[in-house]
Amino acid sequence: MKSRWDGVGIVLAALSGVAVLAGLGMVFFYAPREATMGDVQRIFYFHVSSAWVGFFAFFVTFLGGIGYLVQGQRRWDILSLSSVEVGLTFITMAVVTGSLWARPAWGTYWTWEPRLTISAVQLLIYVAYGMLRTAVESPERKARFAAAYGIVAFVTVPLSWFAIRWWRTIHPDVLTGGEGMAFTPRMGHTLMVSLAAFTLLYFTLLRQRICLERVVGRLLHLRLRLGSRR
Amino acid sequence: MIQIRGMVKSFGPRAALDGVDLSVGAGEFVTLVGPNGAGKTTLLRVLATLARPTSGTIHIAGLDSVRAGSEVRRRIGFLSHRTLLYEDLTAEQNLRFFARIYDVAGDVERIHGLLERVGLAARRNDMVRTFSRGMQQRLSVARAVLHRPSVLLMDEPYTGLDPQAAQSLTDLLTELAGDGCAILLTTHDLVRGLQVGRRVVLLAQGRVVHDALRTDVDPAAFPDLYLRLTA
Amino acid sequence: MGFVRKVWAIVAKDVAAELHTREMVSAMLVFSVLALMIFSFALDLRGTVARAAAPGVLWATVAFAGTLGLSRSMAREQQTGCIDGLLLAPMDRSAIFFGKALGNLIFMGVVEIVLLPLFSALFDVPLLRPGVVLVTALGTVGYAAVGTLLAAIAINTRAREVMLPILLLPLAIPALVAAVQATGGLVEGATMSEVSGWTRLLVAYDLIIVAVSMLTFGYVLEE
Repeated sequence: MKSRWDGVGIVLAALSGVAVLAGLGMVFFYAPREATMGDVQRIFYFHVSSAWVGFFAFFVTFLGGIGYLVQGQRRWDILSLSSVEVGLTFITMAVVTGSLWARPAWGTYWTWEPRLTISAVQLLIYVAYGMLRTAVESPERKARFAAAYGIVAFVTVPLSWFAIRWWRTIHPDVLTGGEGMAFTPRMGHTLMVSLAAFTLLYFTLLRQRICLERVVGRLLHLRLRLGSRR
Repeated sequence: MIQIRGMVKSFGPRAALDGVDLSVGAGEFVTLVGPNGAGKTTLLRVLATLARPTSGTIHIAGLDSVRAGSEVRRRIGFLSHRTLLYEDLTAEQNLRFFARIYDVAGDVERIHGLLERVGLAARRNDMVRTFSRGMQQRLSVARAVLHRPSVLLMDEPYTGLDPQAAQSLTDLLTELAGDGCAILLTTHDLVRGLQVGRRVVLLAQGRVVHDALRTDVDPAAFPDLYLRLTA
Repeated sequence: MGFVRKVWAIVAKDVAAELHTREMVSAMLVFSVLALMIFSFALDLRGTVARAAAPGVLWATVAFAGTLGLSRSMAREQQTGCIDGLLLAPMDRSAIFFGKALGNLIFMGVVEIVLLPLFSALFDVPLLRPGVVLVTALGTVGYAAVGTLLAAIAINTRAREVMLPILLLPLAIPALVAAVQATGGLVEGATMSEVSGWTRLLVAYDLIIVAVSMLTFGYVLEE
């Protein structure tokens, strides 16, 4: 934080930039046109990747919550908070791309398809997490409440998954290449690159968000030392 | 009984207690005075294990107060600025409940004796909701000393008490100190602070700025000293 | 054992206070009846419609009525600082959790005991079956447990009671889905073994949620 240039941050940003461009290129020029759904299916790569990053981000929040409750250090809370914000962006993207995909595929903007539904549930849970944070004054208390909520929330994810999956299943089963989508190796490569690109992008954004939060903390400290009130 | 070394308690970037060193021996009765926001309540809450110190150490009866948990809490009696009583239970039900969670449930005589002592024996089957502020305060005192603590922490205990009740509280505290109980009591009332107890400690901006035996304090000069040290 | 005695002391204290005021259970009951009426008007609950909608209506009612009791139970501890009184006592934080959660379970249970026969009578849906009672109990255990934790959080926020449903309902989704599905199956005449997937999910939810809520509860109460 001393130097003006954050070397790791720049490298990460550059790498994720390249990876996202490569992913985009592959999605549009390398991956084949899907037989039944046509070009619309290309949104699938972004949909799956952003959903993956969303869930991964909430897992990081879960780990940050455990870290905070065990060690009580503020950096764990900053990690959790930053990861939720980045994760919310991606899970929102997953829900939006999912519903954009649903329109041409099933003729409706919203379908209570399990994966889409659970993404929407996650979206609501972590919006609640954000509301909780803004509703608590004391920073320590805020961090502890958020940590506890982040932990309990994440353990319900697999349970929600089973519940919603059993409740309704009409989605093309992607990984086994089942009904609905003809899955080719080129599609597999494209998905891999997209996943990698989005994951890199997650770490880049996470790092920037963490740095921002640290700067905010230092600013508060300086203000307090200057004796000014807010 | 109470030993505090370099204790800091911060709320976010703000330090409510900024390096407190203080010890109170068995049977010692100490009054803690200081202006609003000096950190008196925070100090008592940290001592009562209700808040965790940010740094520094506290020993109660030789036990580390952060680590020893239940063993420390068993020895502490705490009177908060809130009553800590259930308004929808009777006076006796309240004391019986606290006796059960303090493992002294068998001692029914103790409960009745205390109700007598704080002048609530006649109202023991009435709902706490119907009590006046002063009566609730007296019941809170009974609650705080119920399990015969060896350390008594009292945050503004005289609030809402009429002169007779205040005198009876002072008598009770003096008696407990005589039995070897270490007492730390806060008050924002300087006159009161100089009337009771053996030692007077002045807290300002999260630090102990003055600590003297009451007999060494000149009551006439103290207000000036107070204003100078807390400015 | 000391632990069990203290848990029980907390439960007995909550029950005694409720017997004096009766405000919590009566509020939940009146709310439940009102909810049934609203649902009846909204969905025109008669005949086969009632049968199909019954599990959903039942659990929506239980979930919303539950948040009332959970909030109130924690507000009682907060009002005069009683939660500090519990924290000061020489007992493990998990004893406070189990005491409060059991109390909440009892109060929700009382409401359900009234609600199930009432529901059956009003809408002619066979809810008074051992299977439905078991599913109701399983669903309520997890809901009361996580609700106790989240009520302790919500009461310490600026939004207070408003915060609880927002925090609680999304986390209760697995339990609600499973309970509704199991109840629905049983109402349609399925046997317990035919809905065992859902009941096992409920048991898993209860175990995991009780464990995690118990472990995090102490941190939530500290200052």
